[in-house]
Amino acid sequence: MKLTTTAIILAALALSACTNADRFGEGGAGGANGALGSVGDPTSPAYFNQAIGDRVLFSVDQSTLSPEAQSILDGQAQWLSSNGEYAALIEGHADEQGTREYNLALGARRASAVQNYLISRGVAPGRLKTISYGKERPIEICSDELCYSKNRRAVTVITAGSGV
Amino acid sequence: MKILLAMILALVLAAPVQAQDRSGPLRIEITEGVIEPVPIAVAPFIAENSAAVDYAREITAVVAADLNGTGLFRNVPRESYISQVSGFDAPVAYADWKAINVEALVVGGVTLTTDNQLLVKFRLFDIFTGAPLGDGLQFAGATNSWRRVAHKVADQVYSRITGEDGYFDSRVVFVEETGPKNARQKRLAIMDYDGASLQYLTDASSIVLAPRFSPTGDRVLYTSYESGFPQIYELAVGQVQKRPLSSLDAETMTFAPRYAPNGRTVVYSEARDGNTDIYRLDLASGERQRLTSAPSIETAPSFSPDGSQIVFESDRSGNQQLYVMNAGGGEPTRISFGQGRYGTPVWSPRGDYIAFTKQNAGRFHIGVMRTDGSNERLLTASFLDEGPTWAPNGRVLMFTRESAGADGQPALFSVDISGRNLRRVPTSTAASDPAWSPLLP
Repeated sequence: MKLTTTAIILAALALSACTNADRFGEGGAGGANGALGSVGDPTSPAYFNQAIGDRVLFSVDQSTLSPEAQSILDGQAQWLSSNGEYAALIEGHADEQGTREYNLALGARRASAVQNYLISRGVAPGRLKTISYGKERPIEICSDELCYSKNRRAVTVITAGSGV
Repeated sequence: MKILLAMILALVLAAPVQAQDRSGPLRIEITEGVIEPVPIAVAPFIAENSAAVDYAREITAVVAADLNGTGLFRNVPRESYISQVSGFDAPVAYADWKAINVEALVVGGVTLTTDNQLLVKFRLFDIFTGAPLGDGLQFAGATNSWRRVAHKVADQVYSRITGEDGYFDSRVVFVEETGPKNARQKRLAIMDYDGASLQYLTDASSIVLAPRFSPTGDRVLYTSYESGFPQIYELAVGQVQKRPLSSLDAETMTFAPRYAPNGRTVVYSEARDGNTDIYRLDLASGERQRLTSAPSIETAPSFSPDGSQIVFESDRSGNQQLYVMNAGGGEPTRISFGQGRYGTPVWSPRGDYIAFTKQNAGRFHIGVMRTDGSNERLLTASFLDEGPTWAPNGRVLMFTRESAGADGQPALFSVDISGRNLRRVPTSTAASDPAWSPLLP
């Protein structure tokens, strides 16, 4: 059973690392060492986060992928194809201008748009999961478009894969 | 008292208030839309024995605070009294109260029995007609329920003067928020409607959102990220016991739950492949029924009090609007047509209004409309107001107001459906997503 195996690997990782053991480098800034690996190593999650780009941004209320977003996702798909030991959790986020429930649904739409694009570029659906955080996890905290535009995002978080 | 009653009804219902005959008993003046609260006297409750002295003082304070907090009454301070109330059964010196313009007098007595029971009785007098308003009434309760007894007295006073049900003996479940905006910690908390008796229901280890009371107030539905994915949980308030609600696989997002009036059915949203629709779930059987099937976002469902209809929000028209459908699903009818976007609709427990959040021109509003969408009125305006919840009497709304900027924080506010009496609900930390309980039994 694939699911069981994944869970066990995740649990094992959790024992050896800190709180975010099943994730490599949420937030993107990421260290150069440790679980993320070195940004100089093209097979490392750190390289994925920083050199390829782990996130794409959206317009207000939208979940369509801009040409710029598509090119980042092309890079993500390529990386995932050549680094089959990893999986990904795609997080959809919204800015604070919206009601809580709607933003949850909107984040789900954005995460799904990224997921569908990566699948269309050859990533196996079984390696991609989605989650929405709505407006619960902004990275920028000012209340104007400068921040909002960075919060309307979908972040591809590299996770431990099933070891296929 | 008839005139007083009529006046206060006018206040409550926001009916047009006519200029008053100055020779009449009332002095309600309208100044730029602000109506003067009616002066009343909540006389210090009489301690019938020495053990009851502290309780008498505290209960008096809570009754006065409840009535003052409505914005409909102004409790005249004791220092203004010409005569004191010497005993629960003492004759009322109507002229002395009239002389200081008091329109209604509350007299109370508190006894602590030898087996530690609190007996709290009260009487209400209409000063201008010189007669009692209703019979005297006595409540009995354990000493640790003294606040509830005080709220019950205030509910009676409010109800006798306004003709509306009270709402003071009620609780609010909400989300307590701490920490910076980009690392908010959230936990479920419950308190009396006035902020007292705070108790935590979850810890802050995972994000929790939007709790909702069952029709009997003993259970709460909410969304938690406990499993890693947002999912609905049900919590028994008394036992503080929680369980995941759905039998779905652990990675399907479920959120925006709300009970049906029968307490046995739940409506909620499920996101599948990025598409959010509304489902209903039978709690006993776990049977699930899909109510909407559209590629748009359908969420925030709320039942009509008779259980026959559901109001919800959908962006099928291109942006968020309100729709009503039968409780079993089917073609919905759009009810919101004004400028801007409408979300988080909640049907009033009285069935007469639907409250909502409106976004327009960069501002957020709490508003109400008739259930067919007519008579829309916006009650508030700010950087971010959202998520109204009804007081049990359907005359007051509580909601989240969040301030802007890097240090922005949410707080709970309440407002009458007339748009008057906007107040911050006291909480010791930042707070959001309030849900008002029904009146306690």
